[in-house]
Amino acid sequence: MDIQPVILWTDGLIFALLAGVLALAWSISRQEHLRAPWAAVGRRPMAMGAALVLGVFVAIGLLDSLHYREKLADSPVDKPQYSVEVLSVFDALVGDLRTRNEKTYSAPLAMHLYAKEFVDRDGQAVREYPRLQYGGAHLRDATERRPDIVRRSAIALTQGLAASLLLFGVLAAWQARRAKLSLGEWLTRWGEGRLGWPGRTLVCMATLLLILAGVLMHLAAGYHVFGTDKVGQDVLYITLKSIRTGLVIGTLTTLVTLPLAISLGIAAGYFRGWVDDVIQYVYTVLNSIPGVLLIAAAVLIVQGYIESHPELFDNAAARADVRLLALCLIMGMTSWTGLARLLRGEALKLSTLDYVDAARAFGVSHTRILSRHIFPNVFHLVLIAIVLDFSGLVLAEAVLSYVGVGVDPSMHSWGNMINGARLELAREPTVWWQLGAAFTFMFTLVLAANLFADGVRDAFDPRREGGR
Amino acid sequence: MFAYLLRRLLYAIPILIGVNLLTFALFFVVNTPDDMARLQLGAKHVTPEAIERWKSEHGYDKPLLLNHAAEGSAQFTDTIFFQHSAAMFVFEFGKGDDGRDIGNEIRNRMGPSLAIALPVFVVGLLVNITFALLMVFFRATYLDLWGVVLCVVLMSISGLFYIIAGQYFIASLWKLLPISGFAGGIGGLKFILLPVLVSVVAGIGGGSRWYRTIFIEEIGKDYVRTARAKGLSELRVLFRHVLKNGMIPILTGAVVVIPTLFMGSLITESFFGIPGLGSYTIDAIQAQDFAVVRAMVFLGSVLYIVGLILTDLSYSWVDPRVRLQ
Repeated sequence: MDIQPVILWTDGLIFALLAGVLALAWSISRQEHLRAPWAAVGRRPMAMGAALVLGVFVAIGLLDSLHYREKLADSPVDKPQYSVEVLSVFDALVGDLRTRNEKTYSAPLAMHLYAKEFVDRDGQAVREYPRLQYGGAHLRDATERRPDIVRRSAIALTQGLAASLLLFGVLAAWQARRAKLSLGEWLTRWGEGRLGWPGRTLVCMATLLLILAGVLMHLAAGYHVFGTDKVGQDVLYITLKSIRTGLVIGTLTTLVTLPLAISLGIAAGYFRGWVDDVIQYVYTVLNSIPGVLLIAAAVLIVQGYIESHPELFDNAAARADVRLLALCLIMGMTSWTGLARLLRGEALKLSTLDYVDAARAFGVSHTRILSRHIFPNVFHLVLIAIVLDFSGLVLAEAVLSYVGVGVDPSMHSWGNMINGARLELAREPTVWWQLGAAFTFMFTLVLAANLFADGVRDAFDPRREGGR
Repeated sequence: MFAYLLRRLLYAIPILIGVNLLTFALFFVVNTPDDMARLQLGAKHVTPEAIERWKSEHGYDKPLLLNHAAEGSAQFTDTIFFQHSAAMFVFEFGKGDDGRDIGNEIRNRMGPSLAIALPVFVVGLLVNITFALLMVFFRATYLDLWGVVLCVVLMSISGLFYIIAGQYFIASLWKLLPISGFAGGIGGLKFILLPVLVSVVAGIGGGSRWYRTIFIEEIGKDYVRTARAKGLSELRVLFRHVLKNGMIPILTGAVVVIPTLFMGSLITESFFGIPGLGSYTIDAIQAQDFAVVRAMVFLGSVLYIVGLILTDLSYSWVDPRVRLQ
């Protein structure tokens, strides 16, 4: 099948960020004093377990960031035409989960629709719950549903356990060889938690994730695991697609404003005098405006601009993507002040130290002092800020989408799911699954991010060492 | 003291001018009155005449900064900047798109906002300090460890979830309290209880963890060791010494929030149907009523700056060593 790769703005930035992170990791791993705090993070069971969960989310998000368009089947060979629908590698991997749409709501794992309809039965119109087109379509009647679910879960459980055992075996053999231990000795050390890294937590976490993934995959093959939404789309699919939106907002927002926060913060602290006054004035002004209002105003303006210039965007995905990027920029504009203030204080302290004086006495230029002596010493603050901001931004997206100034309504996001599901709880019987799925996934991501951030902060901040 | 206060007030003026210029730039230069008119009229009704009519109805048909057609001082006063932006300094906010006076609306809606925000602030502070003290009392035990984990878990739950779950279980399912609405006087108490409860619970995680860190830092100081060496009981040390000194950063940190309580909470008010400033703002954002949004931006900045000044004053009030010069 012919495809045309599509690189959206956020895709490009995400992969640039990934490359940056990898380069940073490589340079850190070569320097002992930088490696030490990360090694300390690596020894914390809670942080590493959280990192594993984050890794799964990031993997899904990255797969969902590789976009392409399919070639239309009836397009001429010499002048190929491509579908307007932008798909991602993730869409291709989940197969027909994207296209198996029902008519309207259906409960999780249901085989009947949520609402009664007139169904033609033996030439007579009967009002009943019609069968779903895809969910449980392989079953003959309702009595088979429960045994089938149990059977699928059991298969998934065994497969998950087997996969985990296999992985664990490979890991054990490899690690034992590396540490020049016998396999039995390595296993005892692992069991007693004396490996130097949280092996038990990681293995248990991985097993749990594998089993969960197995259960989801096996059930999703025959049912709508989290039900379907108002227009009949699979809620599991929407929730998984929302992961990318959350990750983009959580990471790019801080990334796009880092240059601003770092340069202004350090400059204010290092140069002092009128530079400091001007920069302080700017961030007091920005800070004094209520954040939500500034974001709302800016988003309304961007929205108006996008609507009045439809010719700039060749498809709906590109339009939604530009709006997402604009949202990141705007949220970043209102949130860089905190980091800038922190960096200003630190640069103020550093610029009075002897080694900076010495550098000045030698006639080293300002740019060189700033880049070689000040910046490396405040870098850990930048890092902690990025990690700590992440979870707050993911949560903020939901609130902004509720207010109506979040991501594009056509984009899958947890905020849009919650916003769309606002009135569903008032229905009879209650439609709870869309809300439940959005909250559960958002909670998992934010909790993992918070726990990981705690680990990073404790490892980097010497004052908090043993401060329990 | 008085001279200090005066200087702080004078310093607030350039900041407010900055806010004003920024909002002017955002709302009139980046987003011109023509764009506003187009957005309000909708795609179907956009004709040059309709846009002109809309602009003259709202007073946006004047030049932005300088009116060359006018004479004398009217060159500066008969402009959008003077009538819509500079007028905010004397709290003249003009009219919203629904034709009502914004200043009047703000006065009417402050009460309901405060009726929710003030109890949330006070009760929240008390509850969070209590939990933080409990964790500090049991510090370095499993109770403390799991308390912190619980805080992180509570922090990780979306604020929307607390509201939706609270409304669904308490109001809709168990029918203990009305789901939304507002009334003045003592009869309005039943409407206030649920939003206050939900907001306080939503704030417990972040609040008590933050206060716990403050108390833990305080407990490592020398005077605490002295107090223990004197033979005081742990409870007495905690309540007489640590609590008192820990309250300094907590209270001074909370002061900055007090003036902004008038603004209310956007989400809580809109979910619970409270006719306060928060729901007013949300409605304005959703209806794209830029006049109201502009007024709320300015009001919010004024209140924030008042909060900053109050914070400075409170520092010198609780800690006599801090001199205001």
